[in-house]
Amino acid sequence: MRKTTSKMWAAAAGVTGIALLATACSSGSGDNTSDDSTGGENITLTVATFNEFGYTEDMFKAYEESHPGITVKEKKAATSNEARENLNTRLAAGSGLSDIEAVDTDWMPELMQYPDKFVDLTDPALEGRWLDFKTAAVTTPDGKLLGYGTDFGPEGIAYRGDLLEAAGLPKDREAVATLIKGKDNSWDDYFAAGKEYQAGGGGAWFDSAGAIWQGLIYQEKAPYEDPKTNEIIAADNPRVKEIYDQVVQAAVTDNLSAHLSQWSDDWTASFQTNGFATMLAPGWMLGVIEGNSAGVTGWDLADVYPGGAGNWGGSFLTVPEQGAHPKEAKELAAWLTAPEQQVQAFLNKGTVPSQVDGLKDPKFTGAVNAFFNNAPTGEILANRGQGIISTYKGPNFFAINDAMQSALTEVDVNKGNPDEQWNTFITAVNALG
Amino acid sequence: MATSTTSPQLNRGGPTDPGRTPRRVGFSQTLGRWDVKLSPYLYISPFFILFALTGLFPLLYTAFVSLHDWNLIGGKGEFVGFENYTYVLQQPNFWKGIRNTFSIFFISTIPQLILAITIAAMLDANLRAKTFWRMGVLLPYVIAPVAVSLIFGKLFADQSGIINTLLGKVGVDPIGWHAQVLPSHIAIASMVDFRWTGFNTLVFLAAMQAIPRDLYEAAVLDGANRVRQFFSVTVPMLRPTIIFVVITSTIGGLQIFDEPRLFDQVGQGGPSRQWMTATMYIYEVGWGNQKSFGRASAVAWILFLIILIVGIINFSITRRISSDESSKKARKKVVR
Repeated sequence: MRKTTSKMWAAAAGVTGIALLATACSSGSGDNTSDDSTGGENITLTVATFNEFGYTEDMFKAYEESHPGITVKEKKAATSNEARENLNTRLAAGSGLSDIEAVDTDWMPELMQYPDKFVDLTDPALEGRWLDFKTAAVTTPDGKLLGYGTDFGPEGIAYRGDLLEAAGLPKDREAVATLIKGKDNSWDDYFAAGKEYQAGGGGAWFDSAGAIWQGLIYQEKAPYEDPKTNEIIAADNPRVKEIYDQVVQAAVTDNLSAHLSQWSDDWTASFQTNGFATMLAPGWMLGVIEGNSAGVTGWDLADVYPGGAGNWGGSFLTVPEQGAHPKEAKELAAWLTAPEQQVQAFLNKGTVPSQVDGLKDPKFTGAVNAFFNNAPTGEILANRGQGIISTYKGPNFFAINDAMQSALTEVDVNKGNPDEQWNTFITAVNALG
Repeated sequence: MATSTTSPQLNRGGPTDPGRTPRRVGFSQTLGRWDVKLSPYLYISPFFILFALTGLFPLLYTAFVSLHDWNLIGGKGEFVGFENYTYVLQQPNFWKGIRNTFSIFFISTIPQLILAITIAAMLDANLRAKTFWRMGVLLPYVIAPVAVSLIFGKLFADQSGIINTLLGKVGVDPIGWHAQVLPSHIAIASMVDFRWTGFNTLVFLAAMQAIPRDLYEAAVLDGANRVRQFFSVTVPMLRPTIIFVVITSTIGGLQIFDEPRLFDQVGQGGPSRQWMTATMYIYEVGWGNQKSFGRASAVAWILFLIILIVGIINFSITRRISSDESSKKARKKVVR
């Protein structure tokens, strides 16, 4: 009798153990409801960011003081890719996201396909706060606003004054800007300046054909897809082929490129070996250049950009629909993206404000960068932020751009045949359709 | 195992039975009968339930997903039958992935096993500071693959890498480690070998120390030198271990992901997919621009079938070798 019961106990324990194991899988979904019980009293809002947004504890404390009952926590992901993976996975799972999720310009378009997963942030009071191209990128065809702009990436030309001088070219900021501007500030003028540099004994003019491609393609309104139908037009769009030929001509035929792939180890090392004289530089790139160029002097930033203006990078704050406190989250997102906070973020980490008033703020325009020969970077980047056009990015934009970048790397870095690689690009594009 | 636990239970039940029968007939006895019949299944069930949850369910669910139009964020779409499979099989990148996987697998595994067995033989000899050397070979295994990839990425950089600089000193033209197919595979294979050779060395070493020493004494008496001893005593005695190591490195090799993904900063396996492996292709299809879980699952299933086929080949080789051994034993008996 006793033995039977003890065995029964064992069996019962085994059964409950298994049952626990089976239910353990489903208990994860209960997590996000824990905040609900607190009602409107004490709310914790989480803000998920990546890299460096320039937000500090002091900023959050100031918000907590003016909004009693609200606690703000920042969750930082190390890289943009990590944040993207986290966001995608948890959007798919339907739970586990922060109240506010930061989204990179690069992967905003893929989220724009799922407007139902995000709270509409439209607010008449905030109209006109951001640069037009910034708002256009997060507005759905039916007028929903899915994100508030944080920073953006206006580009100037970073250059090595010492290398230019050695090749008999001017060295100071204004003269270099005039040189690159040439007759009509076109890309051809920029390339012509490169030829002049090489005629004077200089080496490579720019770092990578892929970077130049980004510069050119982001000055097109709708290079790859039809904005109305999302039909892929990259293969038939004559501009794509023209730009391809122009970039290949400059990088390979005229040999202006240093034949590096951006972010590769060779690219990083080339900063130490005078690998190239100029590069397209958004605000956040200045920190990268400084980091890679330890011990190198001579970097400077010219207030000029071929074709007028271009944007590279930048982010948004979004409020996922699955959050427990969409109203409070929206309010916090609006506060964080207000010009005052963004200017403070710029002073912390160099993220250029995408707010019209932020760009005029004297604290921003007065900023000077000692590494870049004391260039007035704030003023230059504010000037460079004028006239950026909005490039239409549909669902396939990045797949197409990836295929083009691959083709250009083969041609520029690996000495591939340009015609062959163009055909590879076309094949890849057709496979998407 | 199962038989040894059930039989004592029956024995224990035996002597109590006669005493109990007259007093109580009914539920407790039914319970006892259930106990005898069900308990064994309950005791072994955790394994099967765990297997069903973590092994079988993902396998079947992946098959289910692979038959649908399934977006990473959008979720389940329409049932499309085998459309995902036909799409994937028509993609040149898929075949590049299969080619690269097998190429990297062969280039890494063969030298690795030869190297591991040689190092193990050296460590098996009478060395000073044995433990030091033995721990030394395991050191690379402790380093995270990501760190290994970062270091090797710098070594194998096309223009600024040390390896091309050294080759230049000997008069060899720089090799496009990130540009051409075969050199990139060799570079990645060297990373894999750096990490896994030490581990396999220790497995071999353990097996070598289990070889009876009198075999070597007999060989020495017969006048065999060290090399002859290695090939005629050590290697034949290691056969089952070699098979084990081959199988584990097959599974690892066909699923290789970390090293090739981190070989450059883009992580797509090269501009022309020079070193993109099959698992990287799954990742690209599922989490990259397409976000198609359906197609990614289809690739996963094809890869599963490929590994299964390679596994069956391995299994048949194992069986042949084990039967070789039994025939040898039989021969020995005849000789005696």
